[in-house]
Amino acid sequence: MSQVPDTLRYTPTHEWLRQEADGSITVGITDHAQAQLGDLVYVELPAVGKALTAGDACAVVESVKAAADVYAPLTGTVLAFNDALASAPELVNQDPYGAGWLLRVAGALPPDTLDAAAYRALTESA
Amino acid sequence: MPADLLLKTPLHALHLAAGARMAPFAGWDMPLHYGSQLDEHHAVRAGAGVFDVSHMAQADLSGPQADHYLRRVLCGDVARIASGKALYTCLLNEQAGIIDDLLVYRLGADRFRLVLNAARREADLAWLRAGQAGFDVVLTPRDELAMLAVQGPQARTLADPLLPAALRAGVAGLARFAAAEEGDWLVGRTGYTGEDGYEIMLPAAAAPALWQALLQAGVRPAGLGARDTLRLEAGLSLYGHDMDDTVTPLECGLGWTVHWEPAQRDFIGRAALAAQRAAGPGRQRAGVVLVCRGVLRDGAPVLQDGRQIGHLTSGGFGPTVGRGIGLARVEAGAGGACTIRIRDRELPARFVNPPFVRDGALRVDLPPLVEV
Repeated sequence: MSQVPDTLRYTPTHEWLRQEADGSITVGITDHAQAQLGDLVYVELPAVGKALTAGDACAVVESVKAAADVYAPLTGTVLAFNDALASAPELVNQDPYGAGWLLRVAGALPPDTLDAAAYRALTESA
Repeated sequence: MPADLLLKTPLHALHLAAGARMAPFAGWDMPLHYGSQLDEHHAVRAGAGVFDVSHMAQADLSGPQADHYLRRVLCGDVARIASGKALYTCLLNEQAGIIDDLLVYRLGADRFRLVLNAARREADLAWLRAGQAGFDVVLTPRDELAMLAVQGPQARTLADPLLPAALRAGVAGLARFAAAEEGDWLVGRTGYTGEDGYEIMLPAAAAPALWQALLQAGVRPAGLGARDTLRLEAGLSLYGHDMDDTVTPLECGLGWTVHWEPAQRDFIGRAALAAQRAAGPGRQRAGVVLVCRGVLRDGAPVLQDGRQIGHLTSGGFGPTVGRGIGLARVEAGAGGACTIRIRDRELPARFVNPPFVRDGALRVDLPPLVEV
């Protein structure tokens, strides 16, 4: 059973979002998503300052077998990316909601994201 | 194909019990991994892993003209192998395109075992039967047999005590590419990982007990995912990717499986292959290794000086190499630096001679990693 923390927001495409104290939004992929992908061996992230449009592909996570797009869950500007993933992409597998975060974005939390219960229902029905 | 229509090996229930992630492969429901493909890859490089390869087709060929017949249908010459030895070679069409790559074990003067790719079973058997006219041979599919591949530096040490007592003397000191037979058991010191080990052909009913005994002895179950990264690092070709019936052995790095001598042996495809050899094949196989971080994928264009000179036939991430690696089909004579187009980026890479890894050790010089 994959973990779905109650404190986060989610997208149907398996990204999670967390509003930080400074107003920025941290983005990653869910435990369910990393488990489906299997061992990650490469993560391609956008540069700081890049403008993201909600719904567009903004990053790529690659497992041994397949590459998967990560979709921007909000419109905004990249404030930071997790550069530890360059040499240790497995952090996404090991700690998807912590050390395996992907991006920090300046923008507003979109109103149409899912809460934990709705995301859990989505993955359990899949 | 719906999962309930997929074929199941005799170990299917044990795969499910071990928590395998299953995936369809050539009409079979096969284990992709049992939790971590990378851990399984490293276990085979460092210790021992066991693969269920019962989906591969086995067929026996016997009769007074079995040797004569195989010398006609295979580009490698079975006259070169003594009883108890194996040969890796190809089945060619008249244009020298590869119908399949296969292992042939000679079990006697006029008795052989063929091991064929699962996806090519029907095509191979139809071709082999069509070519039988005029030869006194009998082709017998052995669908009642299973096959386990035990691979890794510890594979033989761990597997030997678990084999039937009558086989142990036969496997003791078995040379590479040699095999021991006892009843319906055939153990070949062959494999598809670049490591030492066995491929064990055995009655389906005996396979679950051997599988469980291997696991209890510390052999790790490994799925098709690890099988693919291991074989790619070993520089071994995969049918349908690195070769198919439009590609000749000379164009995909399998020229060594062709035996040109004796000159009078007229194997199917020989004339077309000889003409291509005389003219010089226009394309060849090459290994590539990324100079930056990333993963390579099948089909990716390979470029030199901004011009596409070929494409990747296999691509991935080499867990032991620690880089993106691939096999490519490119214009003859290509070498040095190149770029590989992955999505919208062109990644710097170098041509290298496979294997990337053999017997646990890196076999290529890795260029220093650059950031792009």
